Amino acid sequence: MDLTVIHAIARHDPGYPPPLAELHDPPSRLFVRGEVDALSRPGVAVVGARSCSAYGAQVARTLARELAAVGVVVVSGLARGVDGEAHRGALEGGGRTVAVLGCGIDRDYPRSHAELARRIVASGAVVSEYPPGVEPAPWRFPARNRIIAGLSLATVVVEARERSGALITADFALELGRDVFAVPGEITSGLSAGTNDLLRQGAAPLTWVRDVLEGLGIEPEPTPRTASVSDAARSLLGLLGDGAAAADELTRASGLSSAEVAAALVELELGGLAAQADGVYRSFSPGRSPGARRPA
Amino acid sequence: MLARATTHALVGLEAWPVEVEAHLQRGVPAFSIVGLPDKACQEAKERVRSGITSAELEWPLRRLTVNLAPAGLRKEGSGFDLPIALAVLAASHQIPAERLAQHAALGELALDGRVRPVPGALVAAEAARRAGLERLICPPESAPEAALAGIEPIPVEHLAQAGAYLRGTFKPPRVAPPEARNGSGGPDLADVRGQERARRALELAAAGRHNLLLAGPPGTGKTMLARRLPGILPELTIEQALEVTRIHSVAGLLPAGRPLVDRPPFRAPHHTASTAAIVGGGAGPRPGEATLAHRGVLFLDELAEFYRPALEALRQPLEDGSIAIARVQGHAVFPARFVLVGTMNLCPCGGRGDPAAQCSCSPQRLAAYRDKLSRALLDRFDLVVQVPRARSTELAGSPGEASAVVRGRVESAAVRLRDPPDLSKPGAELLARAVDSLPLSGRGRARVARVAETIAALAGEASVGAEHVAEALSYRSPTELGSWT
Repeated sequence: MDLTVIHAIARHDPGYPPPLAELHDPPSRLFVRGEVDALSRPGVAVVGARSCSAYGAQVARTLARELAAVGVVVVSGLARGVDGEAHRGALEGGGRTVAVLGCGIDRDYPRSHAELARRIVASGAVVSEYPPGVEPAPWRFPARNRIIAGLSLATVVVEARERSGALITADFALELGRDVFAVPGEITSGLSAGTNDLLRQGAAPLTWVRDVLEGLGIEPEPTPRTASVSDAARSLLGLLGDGAAAADELTRASGLSSAEVAAALVELELGGLAAQADGVYRSFSPGRSPGARRPA
Repeated sequence: MLARATTHALVGLEAWPVEVEAHLQRGVPAFSIVGLPDKACQEAKERVRSGITSAELEWPLRRLTVNLAPAGLRKEGSGFDLPIALAVLAASHQIPAERLAQHAALGELALDGRVRPVPGALVAAEAARRAGLERLICPPESAPEAALAGIEPIPVEHLAQAGAYLRGTFKPPRVAPPEARNGSGGPDLADVRGQERARRALELAAAGRHNLLLAGPPGTGKTMLARRLPGILPELTIEQALEVTRIHSVAGLLPAGRPLVDRPPFRAPHHTASTAAIVGGGAGPRPGEATLAHRGVLFLDELAEFYRPALEALRQPLEDGSIAIARVQGHAVFPARFVLVGTMNLCPCGGRGDPAAQCSCSPQRLAAYRDKLSRALLDRFDLVVQVPRARSTELAGSPGEASAVVRGRVESAAVRLRDPPDLSKPGAELLARAVDSLPLSGRGRARVARVAETIAALAGEASVGAEHVAEALSYRSPTELGSWT
């Protein structure tokens, strides 16, 4: 496929995504690079702060990976931080992802995500309402956010400060009557002030990918992937269920040797059950013992 | 009247024989030195003249020419003073010329005739022995070092003593070569509390000579850990000790009273060090910190603060174990087989990774900080360990294992690694899986395999199992390296 081809879809073309048309001011045409039919599948927006914490980055990535794994298209804005992690997670999950830009789709913005954009285009799409050549400008980003909300059947805000752009996306989604989820964060963290505000206003708290999928009527993956881990890895996963921990803390708490803990942590990482950032390990299914199901 | 003395000029880490010819002719009294002497060597004139008169010997009032042959080789330093003085004395028949011809000589002269030490006595002594000479006249400080070369050192404190010895009226004391002293010295690992993961990585680094990067917020003990690595490295063999001593001798770094470097060296250059200071350089190439750390540890504290060209220049020695330096004046290959230990913060402000601090770095600043280290360099760290902040309970705990205990394990593992264990089938499978799912380069894969071998050797296993590969992978986990892109 030629990745440089730019498709233009007008408001009344058959390929124009129906959910987007529900906006009160839908874009008159969309410029698309990549697979146009990625726009016609059910999408979920995963958005949040640019300067996110390790926790936010990890939640965004895991969530996007699990959404992508069951065929949901992850929609985001290609920004640094949560947006970028969401796109990466979706690609890791072997799924499609759509990036909506606030500039012409021939621009590499932000430049550090140029390679990411190329990978997105290979299976998903990069979309913009602006014709090629339009430069990025701060006042274009709120308008871009309405497209993110419009393309998605639900919007998840992972981390947002007060007055964050991600909250604008959430507002658009609410106007459209779509589901808005907020990922709970620490009440003392400024990075969670926006999401906690959303929760206070009545947004649904997201604690599990099922929360989103049930709203969309999609059955989540039935088999949890924890079946085949070693005993050491299982006990570490149990400890990580109580919160993130450094390797040395796990060594002391588990009574295993440092070597055993290192090997077990790699097993969890390769199995996609835990990840490490800045020396701290987090489990991907916090608070639940492996394999447990939430009571219906 | 012509007389000759033998000495040596240092070129890189080698000593080249130099013949010092002193010729007395009739004519107006004058003294000239020819044969490409540098400034320090040219100034020998004044020291030699004062030294000879201070030794109550006679300065010949003739036209005196000293030639340093081969004339095309550049002579640097003050070590030519003593041989020039002896050649002058022989030419003026104050000492027997044929006896002088059986000796090599080396040393700087003070104005009162005392003999001072100069760098490179060991290599000069070795070169003299190779040339078939049996005795080296040298300052007493250099005598034990010269004795290591298997030559008989003639320690002389004063030019007058050297003259008396050559005339047969003074018998210098015999000097035995120094013995290797075992035992570590240096800071002990018992001082480190908690930090199990970092300690483990240190042990692996020592056993398999793996490069280690310690990353974490400030004040978590990265530097403290790194300084304890030489204490757990295996003892140097006598050949290795000689090799290291030779380098340190040429660099003039041998501590007084301890002429044999019998423990792995630890070099910690400051982060303002230039490329030439790190890998060596200069007109006639001189060894840099990387060579001085040969068989030991090169410690780069605050790795990201170093000049990038200086760091990138380390890539060749990290791969080959030697540095080839070409300059107009000459070409040199310096050995540089060291364990590289680096420390860095996780971000420029240092707050990242510390639960009690907020990182205030913008993404651009963070990216710029991490861009300072190229992937190619990061790839060469076999072990990347994040050092988290220790909890107060940890710090109040009992002291850790002592260096001597760890060194015992390291030494037996190092012996087993001479015949590395084979990769088992489950181990190979896990490695293949990791290569597929992680951003591991070919070199990265080979390095993981090597670390796994070290882990298996430390465990005393005959083959490398999946658990060993898994642990090896944990020191270069995808997020540790992958999130840096």
